[in-house]
Amino acid sequence: MFTFDREYFNLGYLDMLSYKNTIIHRIDPRIKLIVTFVFILTVVSFPKYELSGMIPFFLFPVMLSSLGDIPVKFILKKLLVVSPFVIFVGVFNPLLDTATMHEFYGIKISGGWISFASIIIRFILTISSALLLIATTSFPGVCYGLQRLSLPNVFVSQMLFIYRYIFVLMDETMTIVRARNMRSFGKRGAGIKVFINIIGVILVRTIEKAERIYRAMLSRGFDGRLRSSKKYRITFKDLLIAMLCITAFYLFRKYNVAVMLGDIVSNIF
Amino acid sequence: MHMSDALLSPAVGAAFWAGSVGTVAYCAKKLKENTDDKLVPLMGVLGAFIFAAQMINFTIPGTGSSGHIGGGMILAILLGPHAAFLATASVLTIQSLFFADGGIFALGCNIWNLGIYPCFIAYPLIYKKITRGDSSKSIFIASILSVVIGLQLGAFSVVLQTVFSGKSELPFNAFVYMMLPIHFAIGIVEGFITAGVVNYVKKARPEILESVPVAQPLSRNISIKKIFIAFAILTVIVGGALSWFASEYPDGLEWSIEKVYGKPELPEQENKAASALKNVQDKTAFLPDYSIKTESDSDKEPVEDSGKWPNIDKGTSLSGIVGSLMVLVLITGVWAATRIVKRRKRA
Repeated sequence: MFTFDREYFNLGYLDMLSYKNTIIHRIDPRIKLIVTFVFILTVVSFPKYELSGMIPFFLFPVMLSSLGDIPVKFILKKLLVVSPFVIFVGVFNPLLDTATMHEFYGIKISGGWISFASIIIRFILTISSALLLIATTSFPGVCYGLQRLSLPNVFVSQMLFIYRYIFVLMDETMTIVRARNMRSFGKRGAGIKVFINIIGVILVRTIEKAERIYRAMLSRGFDGRLRSSKKYRITFKDLLIAMLCITAFYLFRKYNVAVMLGDIVSNIF
Repeated sequence: MHMSDALLSPAVGAAFWAGSVGTVAYCAKKLKENTDDKLVPLMGVLGAFIFAAQMINFTIPGTGSSGHIGGGMILAILLGPHAAFLATASVLTIQSLFFADGGIFALGCNIWNLGIYPCFIAYPLIYKKITRGDSSKSIFIASILSVVIGLQLGAFSVVLQTVFSGKSELPFNAFVYMMLPIHFAIGIVEGFITAGVVNYVKKARPEILESVPVAQPLSRNISIKKIFIAFAILTVIVGGALSWFASEYPDGLEWSIEKVYGKPELPEQENKAASALKNVQDKTAFLPDYSIKTESDSDKEPVEDSGKWPNIDKGTSLSGIVGSLMVLVLITGVWAATRIVKRRKRA
């Protein structure tokens, strides 16, 4: 599983990436949310045994990461960390679906392998685009977008709260965990009873903190809504990019570009 | 047990998105009516607490391996169902974005699986009913029971979503037999921890538990309640009585779920698909893909599509592979070009 510091580091690192200033970062959060959602929906809508039709869709995450200056290695590492469940469920396909679907020069490929590969491609496309969304938009940006897309205020503002306090609470938790580790030898101290007490302490402290925060906020005029000083505006360029992306998704979904290219090539030779 | 984008069909994913967004809106409305905005920072900070708590590993008794908690039921006990649902939903949203748990399209399913069951079934129908006596023993029993049942429903729902989506070949029974026992074990441990934490809070700061907003959950919303109860009954039936029936007639179970689940259009599609693919009938009977394909743009696609896959077509597959490789090369080219242009600009 995760080690404590690494997950913490990752969160902060993603946050850091989201404050870059590139073409992708400057696009309005609403546009990015909608386009990413349409992208995922299009990918998910492919039939079970589709492979080649999905390949052109790699263009979207690749462009986001290169134009948005997001390191590919980082995204790939994150993908690897969360892949077990999908692989676990998908790996049964080759075992259960053994009817031959394609044959190349004597090598038979079963439908199960094709659909497993299809699941893996879907996984890479959808998860990487979600990570790239947050890496190029910042969490407050996403929240702003959700608010403007008329999600309830309570929901959005406490999401911003969570985000703010994750970092604070993690620091505190790290202190306690470090204290536990220094006082425990081997497996002693890592058991469930100590764990419950630690969680209890953190929880009570958290609730006390929430009370202090609330009083501090009230005295600064809190009315149940968090405001952002950063103003976003949908420009003509943003709309153009959105139109371009969505049209491309539609065309790639409708016409299998990979097979068409392959046909042309094999006709030439 | 996060559901994943890659295993979902558009219809299933969209349905659960609609359900989850609707519940978020409903809970937000309820909170606005009932409580002051003091709850907002508390929800937020408790949501962050869940993240912090998940960072700490502990040794699972008897196994030696380590785990971390989910924490949904702790939220429900401290915040009441509506606020807890919103907090859980936002924790899951942040997880889907930052830790890539599941993905954005599966978020609707995940909010449903990990939010609805603990907050609107396990908490009001089990936890609340048992803890009336308010002794630490009743908290203990109530916590374990409610966490276990909440997790079982969630795990069962992951199975349903996967099977209805039809991207995985895993048969319903096998998947159920895999998911439910694992989550039963997880539930016991998590319930134990939940009980311990709630009792700790009760000892240290008893007023925290007393100030939980006592909104009557789902009192006037009978239609939703009915659905939940139907779901609970369905789980019990499927888990117990029908599993015996299912092993003998796999299709029988699928049919019965279909009836209870209320998807009347499925049988017709099944016939269509079945007549086209007789040899793989039992595997494909549940694939919504086929219906979506026949409705939409599938007939124009020059792809190796599933509808004609029994006829092995060498030509299409070959151009598929050649074309895919070319597209990948092209995309890599584009990527390299943008990097070079960027580096030039910087220099």
